[in-house]
Amino acid sequence: MGALALGRLALAAGLIGLLLAPWHGVEGGVDALSAWPGGDAAPLLALLLDGSRWWLWPVVGLLGFAAIPLLPGRASGGLLAAVGFALLAFVLLQGHAIGLRGLRWGWLAPLLGAPPAQQALGWGGALVLAAAIGLIAAGLAQRGRFGGDAFIAFLVVGSGALLLLFVFVPLLVILSAAAVEDGHLAPSALAARLAAPEAWSLACVTSHQGCGVVWNTLLLAILAAVSSTLIGLAFALLSARGGVRAQPAFRAMTMLPLITPPFVVSLALIVLFGRTGLVTTALWEWFDIPRSRWIYGLPGVLLAQVLSQAPIAFVLLEGAVRAIGPSLEEAALTMGARRFTVFRTVTWPLLRPAVAACLLLGFVESLADFGNPLVLGGDFDVLSTRIFFAIAGARHEPGRAAALAILLLALTFGAFALQSLWLGRRRYTTVTGKGDAGVPAPLPRGLRLACGSVAWPWMAFTAAVYGIILIGGFVHDIGRGDMEFTWRHILTGFAVEWQDGMAFRGSAWDSLFTTVEVAAISAPITAGLGILLAWLLARQSFPGRGTLEFLTMLSFAIPGTVVGVSYIMAFNEPPIELTGTALILVLCFVFRNLPVGVRGGIAALAQIDKSLDEASATMGAGALQTLRRVVLPLLRPAIVAALAYSFVHAMTAVSAVIFLVSARHNLATVYIVGRVEAGEMALAIAYSTVLIVVMLAVVLGIERLVGRAQIGRRAAPAGNLVA
Amino acid sequence: MTDAAIRFERVTKAFGVVRAVDDVSFDLPQGALVTLLGPSGCGKTTTLRLVAGLELPTAGRIEIEGRDVSRLAAAERRIAMVFQSYALFPHMNVLENVAYGLVVGGARRQAAEADATAMLKTLGLEGLGARLPAELSGGQQQRVAVARALVLRPKVLLFDEPLSNLDARLRRRVREDIRDLQKRLGLSVVYVTHDQQEALAVSDLVVVMKDGRIAQKGTPIELYDAPADAFVADFMGEANVLQGEVLSAADGRGCVAIGGVVLDAAMRDHPPGTAALAVRPEAIRLAPPEEPGLPGRVRRAAFLGQTREYEVDTDAGALFVVTPASAEAWAEGAAVACRLERIIPLRA
Repeated sequence: MGALALGRLALAAGLIGLLLAPWHGVEGGVDALSAWPGGDAAPLLALLLDGSRWWLWPVVGLLGFAAIPLLPGRASGGLLAAVGFALLAFVLLQGHAIGLRGLRWGWLAPLLGAPPAQQALGWGGALVLAAAIGLIAAGLAQRGRFGGDAFIAFLVVGSGALLLLFVFVPLLVILSAAAVEDGHLAPSALAARLAAPEAWSLACVTSHQGCGVVWNTLLLAILAAVSSTLIGLAFALLSARGGVRAQPAFRAMTMLPLITPPFVVSLALIVLFGRTGLVTTALWEWFDIPRSRWIYGLPGVLLAQVLSQAPIAFVLLEGAVRAIGPSLEEAALTMGARRFTVFRTVTWPLLRPAVAACLLLGFVESLADFGNPLVLGGDFDVLSTRIFFAIAGARHEPGRAAALAILLLALTFGAFALQSLWLGRRRYTTVTGKGDAGVPAPLPRGLRLACGSVAWPWMAFTAAVYGIILIGGFVHDIGRGDMEFTWRHILTGFAVEWQDGMAFRGSAWDSLFTTVEVAAISAPITAGLGILLAWLLARQSFPGRGTLEFLTMLSFAIPGTVVGVSYIMAFNEPPIELTGTALILVLCFVFRNLPVGVRGGIAALAQIDKSLDEASATMGAGALQTLRRVVLPLLRPAIVAALAYSFVHAMTAVSAVIFLVSARHNLATVYIVGRVEAGEMALAIAYSTVLIVVMLAVVLGIERLVGRAQIGRRAAPAGNLVA
Repeated sequence: MTDAAIRFERVTKAFGVVRAVDDVSFDLPQGALVTLLGPSGCGKTTTLRLVAGLELPTAGRIEIEGRDVSRLAAAERRIAMVFQSYALFPHMNVLENVAYGLVVGGARRQAAEADATAMLKTLGLEGLGARLPAELSGGQQQRVAVARALVLRPKVLLFDEPLSNLDARLRRRVREDIRDLQKRLGLSVVYVTHDQQEALAVSDLVVVMKDGRIAQKGTPIELYDAPADAFVADFMGEANVLQGEVLSAADGRGCVAIGGVVLDAAMRDHPPGTAALAVRPEAIRLAPPEEPGLPGRVRRAAFLGQTREYEVDTDAGALFVVTPASAEAWAEGAAVACRLERIIPLRA
């Protein structure tokens, strides 16, 4: 695409933003639009003409300034870029300077007087900002940046701006919020909050009081990481080397956690082990073991986390075990080593990097987990739940929440830093290009027995848990052992009546529709943007590439709770006010799931020789055509994986969106958490079953439509995503 | 000279501090085939990519048919390139691959496919249009890549090691095909290879590169018979490089002292004095020890069918000798006299 074409396109967008689209955010949906071109839906031009936004005339001036040379095609790149920057800065700054209560920046009073209050920017504002981005990109391309390709320039500048706005700015906001007390900057408050006893107290060592929430979080994360890795390893060894014929069961076990909302396991655990749970009751009736609430707290949360993390550990470690070239072990055998010695001296050392990666992944997932501690935590608080209650609890304390979020962020980044340090130093390649005709060595007998004694009971336990989920929604009251079949719970949630057409009476329909809608909107955006970014990062070289990559991957490391808190802090007031809309849910999902799409895309591109792109270029195709005709068709499996992944994650996420939902836009997971808190366990389980069925249907549908691809979880290695 | 198909004027391409191509200038006449030859890492492929526009030069000027293209992207240069990997699009069939350039150039699909079909026929690929690239043999894939390049009627055609993925028997035929096609269509071609035989066989002009610079350029015969230095001598076929003293050299014959022996051989004019001298292995004849020549002893002997190869220890160093199989055979350990029939003086 030529720079001038892009410039003209940007100009057109700017004109629509100026003349047609409502300048401010419209509340009340379609009704307010009927007032156009007046009222809330007024475009900027109407506001300028009636004099209520007189300070915005420079927008018209700047657009005109770009239009005059652009239309005859004589615009210089420098001019276009400068106009774009000016437009961007002007619109954003005036939005900050003049807010809901009139002038906010007092020092501008001599210039602006007392302007009327103004609301947040709407679609008109967004279009003008997009036009500014387009002008900047066109200007840079015209000046020969980005290889002179305006399409690439627009992608880079546009995605960079979006990532800055929706990943970096919220992070900055939360960091600064931790240092604000009563509306003033107070570094001492920051220090006090970061060092607060609620975070660091060691009281539990010496007394019956609870320990600091940081210690709780660390303890839980370490236990969860170690247990899930050990269980995963047992399964992996059995599956790859144990000569076990149970592959379908193994596959099912790896698949289930991927499509289960993270806290659903907790519900099943309560049903099994709660005070009136099935197992608890049985133990009481048969062995006189008194009922207790042990499941609420560290043991319960740990069990739930291991149940969802162990299968992921299994997938990672199984891949690692299978990747070990058998000839290495055969070589050791021919040198006279016995089987166990071979395992100890060859197999295990080669597995160590994968095991370490698995441990760190389990650690990070546990840190980020919010649903299970919320449902099962009881008095055992971790950082993610404490952050939630600091915002949504009895007292609204954003400063405290921000400080706790910083602590959580520090733990997560610490883990990632540790991982990259470790992985940076050792990496074994055991799969070479040469064929390896060896036969994998079977497990030593003792080890095999040990693995089996871990794996089979765990398998039975998992089956019990998912069995509960499966039947829980269809019996009277599974929590009290009342196992009579009923449609009652499903009807409460999903009743449909015929009364002058279809009427969705069930209480769950609203949230289900919103969830599917938001997931269906965000998934294609995530996949599309992710693949485009992957292509930019893997195939194009341009200034700022490293920064763009960092911004993309940044959101991967931020726990969901932190994202949620930072979004409500950053997008709660003009000029960018998104809280309470469905848009903020979509944006949250897009930028949280983006890194996986990008990773999958980069991994897939690594398999596609760069000479294909170059061949296309030498035959006269521009970047856009090469992308459309050569790269995207070849990336189809990665696109499917990204689509399925982001859809499933949009349907199962809790941690970030629990802060962002509103009465009008509630999500299924948040609704279920509400049912659990209200004690309606059966309805919660019934709803979860419906969710699982919907997700299975969608994932299988996508696979059928666009070919087979595996779905991986958040941090499954990219190789799995494109397999 | 405005009729050069390609003109490089002091072109440099740096990646960071590394100068992959350093101050390279050459002209490719219309309708000629120039080979860029050199070991891996010498900058030959980067030079080709500079012509294609896949890299832009750090300094210097590149012209294609008199037009300055130094800052032009690949898509705007009207060149065509055959990649080492062929770079056939795996998700398109042969016909779609060949029609690709026409389609992205804005041609209507029917017209493009008609052109592509005609080109497939020219290259003896008729009937294969509906196949996927993966369903073709290596040689066929190579021809599809050539068809895809030619269908665009490029001003200049570029080949990046086009034979390296073919087996030895096929190589010879394909390189002859390429040369025929180039002559028949009057194409200007730049051809990259690391194989000197391939370069000698197809080129009008050979540019030997080393460390990003041009070591020597000339016709194949010039380069073989009069290499400028030891690197070129050794790269253009093997050469024994010896130190010696030129006593006299005039009128195509010279008198040279090597290893304490004075020898008389065919040689181009050279001022008297010590010099590095190259002797091609096939320019040495082995004779009974009593005959005049450099005395030596056969260390290793091997029979290769058409030829025999020897390694002979002499006072001037080990000599590598190739003789026709029909010539007299020498056993390992035999004493011989090495008769140097032609000596090439090298630049110091």
